[in-house]
Amino acid sequence: MNEYTSVNSYKEGFKDGIPIGLGYLSVSFTFGMMAVNTGLPVWIAVLISMTNLTSAGQFAGIGLIAAGAPYIEMALTQMVINMRYALMSISLSQKTDSTFSLIHRLITSFGITDEVFAVASGKARDIGTKYMYGLITAPYLGWTAGTLLGAAASTILPESLCSALNIAIYGMFIAIITPPARRSKPVLYVVLLAVAISCILRYTPVLNLISGGFAIIICAVAASAAGALLFPVKEVAQ
Amino acid sequence: MTLLHIAVMAGVTYLIRMLPMVLFRKKIENVYIKSFLFYVPYAVLGAMTFPAILYSTSSLYSAIAGTVVAVVLALKDKSLLTVAVSACLTVYVSEFILRLL
Repeated sequence: MNEYTSVNSYKEGFKDGIPIGLGYLSVSFTFGMMAVNTGLPVWIAVLISMTNLTSAGQFAGIGLIAAGAPYIEMALTQMVINMRYALMSISLSQKTDSTFSLIHRLITSFGITDEVFAVASGKARDIGTKYMYGLITAPYLGWTAGTLLGAAASTILPESLCSALNIAIYGMFIAIITPPARRSKPVLYVVLLAVAISCILRYTPVLNLISGGFAIIICAVAASAAGALLFPVKEVAQ
Repeated sequence: MTLLHIAVMAGVTYLIRMLPMVLFRKKIENVYIKSFLFYVPYAVLGAMTFPAILYSTSSLYSAIAGTVVAVVLALKDKSLLTVAVSACLTVYVSEFILRLL
């Protein structure tokens, strides 16, 4: 296979997206349950998931809706929690092939989530629009279906099962970062530094007041900048 | 009211994702910026996973068990689904055992 061609198969993207979609079922199920518990109707919960496609932002969002918060507070909260997507979006923009015209950028950027980003950037080659549409499909369906089920069923899932499903997303993250970190020392150091900063921000008084989304931006920028300065990569797209 | 809140939420979240994708259309050549962007995914995922994973389940012990299993399987290059499902099963089983103790 020619290493300079990009990955552009809908089928391959769809397949790569299935584990993400399955993982989303449990998280969005919880979101659906919580949304209904705060007093929102089922269709509103589903509408939020279909238009936002983001976990932390949505959980914060329903709290703000319930509190009747001002629109500006809603906007600022979403901005801080979701600013990490801007970093991912810039990073992904460097991995897109020539099939990404403006209209495709406008559409596919809606589907950039933590996990979609992680899988797309884990591809050895550049990615095409068909691959990206395929990759987004299952997560979008899983996120929407899970919300609907959770909102409708509300409390039928036993607590022990919810608890077990909650770790799924993190298990996926570990599966994505561990192999490259084992093969490349610089990647390992960057990951360890990010984890160290993340723990400091979480456990230090005062610093732990920083919101989760913003803390991730700090960790990512600091650790990646340190990595870039100490271990600049000659051929990034290897 | 609620619908307007949702519109604000969705609009802000979309703009954050869309603008960089549309504005950064040229390949960046600077080696430091390229390296920075190369490291971002690993740093983001590392920071999102730790220490949050330890509090993702109903008991710290089951979370530690799930984490250890996930890391060991990931070191063996198992697929995303295998690692994720095994971590879930570990948590489920260890919480079952914890209740018996």
